[in-house]
Amino acid sequence: MAFGMIGKKLGMTQVFDQLGNLVAATLVEVAPNAVVQVKSAAGKDGYDALKLAVGEAKPGRINKPELGVFKALNQEPKRYVREFRVSAETAAKYEVGSFVDSTIFFEGDKVDVVGTSKGRGFAGVVKRHGFKGAKEASHGTHEYKRHGGSIGCSAYPGRVIKGKRMAGQMGNVRVSTQGLHVLGVYPEENLLVIKGAIPGAKDGLVLVKETFKRG
Amino acid sequence: MSNVSAIEKLERLQLRRDIPQFRAGDTLRVHVRIREGEKERIQVFEGVCITRHNDSLRSTFTVRKVSYNIGVERIFPLHSPRIEQIEVKDRGRVRRARLFYLRSRRGKAARIRSLRDVRS
Repeated sequence: MAFGMIGKKLGMTQVFDQLGNLVAATLVEVAPNAVVQVKSAAGKDGYDALKLAVGEAKPGRINKPELGVFKALNQEPKRYVREFRVSAETAAKYEVGSFVDSTIFFEGDKVDVVGTSKGRGFAGVVKRHGFKGAKEASHGTHEYKRHGGSIGCSAYPGRVIKGKRMAGQMGNVRVSTQGLHVLGVYPEENLLVIKGAIPGAKDGLVLVKETFKRG
Repeated sequence: MSNVSAIEKLERLQLRRDIPQFRAGDTLRVHVRIREGEKERIQVFEGVCITRHNDSLRSTFTVRKVSYNIGVERIFPLHSPRIEQIEVKDRGRVRRARLFYLRSRRGKAARIRSLRDVRS
């Protein structure tokens, strides 16, 4: 039944699993998400989805059309609005104005987590692609320690091949981590414990979804 | 709920309260649950606690024993559910918290005086 929620990454710790192994875990805060719109394949949208919203929005940070949406619901304006594709049956279960909470998840579920990875700025080729850098630091080597070496041939082809790995912006992109286990759900604390690491920094926005890959 | 407290709360939930007090220098009998296929049994590891590492749920302690002339050290997570019981067999009189010097000693030199003897 789990389809997805907007959450906040709180940080990592370790927990003991049923076998008594200490495993790495990430805590995600999943406050109740407000349903702001239900899209259905039968209606004009042409597909089934739930639009969820969460978080406090500062006045002035929200535009009038968005404000109108929450006014119609008689709710405080929310900061984050995200859409989740769901099955027709799930969509039918929710009404605009209701809330989705962490009880949609169960221990043992497999989930995908989407987040924005930590930005590393303009990173060199050693950090960004794991190049080894120069193997020799002496014998006349000068200003070459972390360079990538040759980027191609000469007169033929006379250009650099597309997709050549070079330095550039690293991180700060949308990253999905698939097939993570839910180790625990604490509905009264709005907490989700997920095995392993998830993308992004602490306090970052993450989407926790039912896993895309089956079996 | 603040960020730190949520993590701390989850950790505290898993802390064991049935752990006896002990320190480096004490002789312990650690009853460990061991799973072999479907069967579970308990094995006792007896030796001297040579160090403790205190860090909430991640706390560990190291037990050293000499088995068939080979020094064996095991690091146990203090709060592990796999530990059935920790028996404190003897309290040792030691003057430091980490007894790594025991590694370079064997036989009589590696003995630790019992607190009981010291008091009497």
